[in-house]
Amino acid sequence: MSLKETIASVKESFSEAVLDVTECSGEQIVHVKGDGVFSILQLFKDEGFDFLADLTAVDNMNLGGFERFAVVYHLLSHKFLMRVTVKAYINEKNPILPSVESLWKTADWQEREVYDLFGISFENHPDLTRIMNPEAFDGHPLRKDYPRKGRTERIDFPQVMRGIKKENKTE
Amino acid sequence: MSSSQDDIKSNILTTTIESAVNWGRKNSLWPMPFGTACCGIEFMAVLAARTDIARFGAEAIRFSPRQSDLLIVAGRISLKMMPVLIRIYEQMPEPKWVVSMGACASTGGVFDTYSVIQGVDQFIPVDVYVPGCPPRPEGVVESLLKIQELVDTDKLSDYELSNSK
Repeated sequence: MSLKETIASVKESFSEAVLDVTECSGEQIVHVKGDGVFSILQLFKDEGFDFLADLTAVDNMNLGGFERFAVVYHLLSHKFLMRVTVKAYINEKNPILPSVESLWKTADWQEREVYDLFGISFENHPDLTRIMNPEAFDGHPLRKDYPRKGRTERIDFPQVMRGIKKENKTE
Repeated sequence: MSSSQDDIKSNILTTTIESAVNWGRKNSLWPMPFGTACCGIEFMAVLAARTDIARFGAEAIRFSPRQSDLLIVAGRISLKMMPVLIRIYEQMPEPKWVVSMGACASTGGVFDTYSVIQGVDQFIPVDVYVPGCPPRPEGVVESLLKIQELVDTDKLSDYELSNSK
């Protein structure tokens, strides 16, 4: 099945979930609703897209789009040498998606990264914890409403004083 | 004057315990490199042949804080690394000195973001700052000489206040 046919069959089988299909630099992008993304990705996997090249997210707060967040799946088929991008849109009130770790093992850490930096949860993920920020970190820094300089994280450390030496020295 | 007295005069040197201790300390500083970025790579050049800090007795790089007395913070310190740096500093035995090497360790440099500490001197005491991004090896050697000056002015009486805090 060619990529066009695969996408056509996805559009047919999941007409409710597929929002749009666009093309950029010769590559197909399938825009879907967050709810139906798992079965669509499963279909792509069954059609030969055996490799999840990347899983990332976009905050559309200032960009516009179907919803606030888009989780982007870059798929690659080694068999047919084809790439396809799937964008799953979710709103900020309920940012939950099904985990695709069961389809591609590499999604494990990438979903943790998206969870850490965007605050998007993944259902049925084996260990959804922060991967880069400290465990006690509050907030999701790649969201556009997160201040660049952070809140108080970078000044929130104990101050270590000089030891016995120079205690009585005037500096 | 007898010859034995001459021997004594030409073989015994008198000094104060303070100068003797400081002389020993300043000429055998053992650096603990805390290299987290390009400054760490640049620090290796300081150890290499051209600027060789073995000339100043500081070539014994110790990767254990318990065996060192000069902490060289070389590179940007992130949120996750700051507790580690504080722990390393606290593990070093007194007396100890700290060099903040480069723009990132001193001020955060160009990384004015939530995850980069804007100067390690907010949390640990720093003795000498080395500007540069990264500093020239000569700059690091200069900082070493400044630290040696500091060591030389140390008073032994400072150490008697161990329980004053």
